[in-house]
Amino acid sequence: MRSGFVYAIAYILLAPFIGGFLEGVDRKISARMQRRVGPPLLQPFYDVIKLFNKETISVDSSQTFLLLTYFVLMLVTGVMFFSGSDILMCFFVLSTAATFLYFAGVITSSPYSSIGAQRELIQMMAYEPAVLLTCVGFYLAAGSFNVNEIASTGTSYIFRLPGFFAAFVFILTIKMRKSPFDTSTSHHMHQELVKGITTEMGSKNLALFQITEWYENVFLMGVICLFVVNGTMTGFVASVIVFLLVYFLEILIDNCSARMKWQDMLMITWIVTFFTAGVNLVILMVIK
Amino acid sequence: MDSFTIPFLIIFPFIAAVFSYFTRINKLRNGFAYVSSVVIMAATGILLAQWCASGAGVRELYFETHLADRAILVLEIILAVYITVLCFRYKKYWISLLSLGPTGLIVWFEFFGPGINEGARIRVDHLSVLMCLIIGIIGSLIIVYAVGYMHGYHHHHRQFRDRRYYFFTLLFVFLGAMYGFVLSDNLLWIDFFWELTSVCSFLLIGYTHEPVAISNSFRALWMNLLGGTALAIGIVYLAYYSGSVSLHRLVVLGSAKMSYAVIPIALIAFAALTKAAQMPFSTWLIGAMVAPTPSSALLHSATMVKAGIYILFRLSPAMARTTTGNMISFIGGFTFLITSFMAIAQSDGKKVLAFSTISNLGLMVACAGMGRSETIWAGIFLMLFHAISKSLLFQDVGATENSLHSRDIEDMHGLLYILPRLAFFMFIGIAGMFLAPFGMLISKWSALKASVNEGNIIMVFFICLGSATTSFYWTKWMGKIISASHLKETAFRDITKKNELISLSIHAVLMIALCLLFPLLSHVYVNPLIEEMFGTYKDVLPTQILLTLVVIIGLVFAVPLLAFLYSRKMRKTYVLSYMNGVNAGNNMKFIDSFGEEKTLWMSNFYLHKWIGQRKLMGPGQFFAAAVLVVMMSMIIGGVRI
Amino acid sequence: MADITRSPWLLHYDGSSCNGCDIEVLACLTPVYDAERLGVMNTGDPMQADIFLITGGINSQNQATVKQLYDQMPNPKVVVAVGVCACSGGIFKECYNILGGADTTVPVDIYVPGCAARPQAIIDGIIEAVKLFQKKSDDYKAMVKEKKRKG
Repeated sequence: MRSGFVYAIAYILLAPFIGGFLEGVDRKISARMQRRVGPPLLQPFYDVIKLFNKETISVDSSQTFLLLTYFVLMLVTGVMFFSGSDILMCFFVLSTAATFLYFAGVITSSPYSSIGAQRELIQMMAYEPAVLLTCVGFYLAAGSFNVNEIASTGTSYIFRLPGFFAAFVFILTIKMRKSPFDTSTSHHMHQELVKGITTEMGSKNLALFQITEWYENVFLMGVICLFVVNGTMTGFVASVIVFLLVYFLEILIDNCSARMKWQDMLMITWIVTFFTAGVNLVILMVIK
Repeated sequence: MDSFTIPFLIIFPFIAAVFSYFTRINKLRNGFAYVSSVVIMAATGILLAQWCASGAGVRELYFETHLADRAILVLEIILAVYITVLCFRYKKYWISLLSLGPTGLIVWFEFFGPGINEGARIRVDHLSVLMCLIIGIIGSLIIVYAVGYMHGYHHHHRQFRDRRYYFFTLLFVFLGAMYGFVLSDNLLWIDFFWELTSVCSFLLIGYTHEPVAISNSFRALWMNLLGGTALAIGIVYLAYYSGSVSLHRLVVLGSAKMSYAVIPIALIAFAALTKAAQMPFSTWLIGAMVAPTPSSALLHSATMVKAGIYILFRLSPAMARTTTGNMISFIGGFTFLITSFMAIAQSDGKKVLAFSTISNLGLMVACAGMGRSETIWAGIFLMLFHAISKSLLFQDVGATENSLHSRDIEDMHGLLYILPRLAFFMFIGIAGMFLAPFGMLISKWSALKASVNEGNIIMVFFICLGSATTSFYWTKWMGKIISASHLKETAFRDITKKNELISLSIHAVLMIALCLLFPLLSHVYVNPLIEEMFGTYKDVLPTQILLTLVVIIGLVFAVPLLAFLYSRKMRKTYVLSYMNGVNAGNNMKFIDSFGEEKTLWMSNFYLHKWIGQRKLMGPGQFFAAAVLVVMMSMIIGGVRI
Repeated sequence: MADITRSPWLLHYDGSSCNGCDIEVLACLTPVYDAERLGVMNTGDPMQADIFLITGGINSQNQATVKQLYDQMPNPKVVVAVGVCACSGGIFKECYNILGGADTTVPVDIYVPGCAARPQAIIDGIIEAVKLFQKKSDDYKAMVKEKKRKG
């Protein structure tokens, strides 16, 4: 219980730094893949500091409040996860947080932001089954939804849950807003939906959104680690290696694929979910 | 326990109905409707109090009631004759067979069948008291709402004959039938009240006498009568083999895996599927939307469809791990998924509510079919939350339609700024349907866990996919309500009547109270209910989950509030939204390529080309019907899997 | 005062340019010149931009749009006119529909001449703009503080 508390505090304090640093690495590696020099490693922090120093502008008075709620609920998700409570509950709170992001997108009624928000909703529908199935996978393997119990059973579940792992990595591309599934927002310029769901977010609102993304990414990486950790030091090291590899894979996918239509995204995600997590689930449940 | 309350609860609505029928002065009847609904609510409260005072256990009452038995038989015959007359008048001859057949069977059985041990007619336990509370509170509130709504309805729809006396008669008969249904233990009584609800819903749907209303009402009639036929056959079969017509006894026999209980249980469960509008019988509920809103609210939230769910919950201990149980849970899960797809493709507010009702009922049916204590726990909460929030939403959409002259979700763009009160109620209702921490979520959690424990892979898939699609259509509706709107300046007058508002407010309060108190409710009421049903009881909610839940409940209420207060204090500069720099002075209009102003319209995604009702309903019905036919044949033929 | 020079985000608007300068602006972001190493991003969204980069002259049709985009950008903000057309109207200056350079509509801070402006010149212009951006930001902060003090 006490260690859970420590982890939760560590998450609150460190996650933005880890998340921001990971994004810096991401941008640097992406630049190198494109044979550019790329921005400095700390670039994401410079960006956020600058955003905080600008005039607070807004299109709709309620947008800040919705984004703040999104931020806090994301924080709660992470805290619940790292303090070792129920993983299914974590994802339920996460989806509630995402709902608030959707509200922040549509409340302005601005065309680009609304289209981005609608696509965000489609994305949620696309990844939700895989997320829930991942939780079910953990439950089948560890006999509990409890993160603490899953993490400390002495086995790395990745060997029993390879299908679930694959499905989760697949939807991670959606969650981290990486190409080819960056349909709701774009990190790149000159696209058909400008900045998607973030179009109407300027200065502090955007900074808040950015920090929330970092928290979310760290939480997602935590879930990736959960597939590997087994309570030992080796497990811990292995999990860090796995998560770095997964992160690198996401960057690679981002840099060598073009955006997809949302229809295709939905279909492909569900099909992949079925053939990875689904097959794994059937095997686990039948052979058990 | 006082023996007066229960007959009063069953008979009083009928008296009220008769009075409504003969009172043609609107004011007098309205006043009477208020008084009656208060009386019904109070009587339900008294029932609860008396039952608690007598130890809150199982009570069996009325063992010798030959007079009432005969009366019910006579009424059932009258009902069958009435249906036959109507069928002949509208030239739907074959439907009358579905009424005459089972009634004939029951009558034949009563006169020429073997002597049976009739047992207790009335059985009061946790489940029936809970149902009484739902019917009493939600049902009465709907009547209060109906007084105001029907006034406006006939004001706006002058083409329909004002037959409010008839409408209120039907509403009261419906309530009486529901009380009778949930309190009876004798299957012959249950059969009578069952037929009565079928007929009432048929008449309510056909209230306007429009051609579409009539054809929809006959669809509802034949589907429900088909269920009634199965029920009657099941009852007679049971009586022949076991010499008893007690529902409770049937469940005991079924749980003991007696072979002659299998077929009656399967038949009754089949009947429940028709009543709960499961695939392939979902279309009657969609068609029921043509009726005035109070009747849709009554049919969908508190009464009609819940009758099917109630009977399935009753049977669930006997269905656990049987072919029947598998069939029921499969049909339920399938309905949950496929109708939630169809709900995405709808933009008519009432249609979305209809599809989501079927979808949620599907989840409850699946929970009942699995027949585990966790799933019943989840099912009970699903039922509670669904009853309140659906009733709230139906009434709200009805009131919105009166003020906005449309019930299309696209027209509700920015409802929050046009009709703030109604939008607020709508928001609470929708939140109750899917958002954390409202109980739907925890029920889903529990259902998912139980399906994994049960090894029911198909159910796991149904729930995972279904919850994704469910949140899609609710979220997009909620987003529509809060979007900034170009209609802001257009004046819409909120013409919601005071009595409608009273009903809506009480619903909203109930919704929030239920959300805050449901850990307590689970402990005090639902856990004993499960224990009563299954004999044993395992805590469904571990303490840690409960703790997490309390934290989430607190947070979800506190966070937006604090965030709102904080963000209100912030200094902000307001700018125009981004439309490539061609906004025409505000966020609602832009300059097009001809240099003219155009109003901006934002529309939701509906995906109807992929998953519309036309695409999915036919194949879905075919598939579900095939599954039903095959599995029913297997059960009746005695094949075990 | 916070150092905000490391993250200049651009909003690139093409007035009535011949597209020569636009191509050079985009060339700045290609691997050869890689303006991102200076933290430069082309956002395409005025709400998120710090530097307003205008190419081409202003005509009577796009004047309102340029004005609006400028107004949508949060303070502090810097305007850079890229290419001779944006500076003064260039060879189109005498056209019936051209009002002149960007400074006819919005206050221009930095002028980058050239036809077309070379990427090196554009990057140099951005760097100059960033210095001004820092100064404006400091002024802005001081102003806000002053306002707060006065209540």
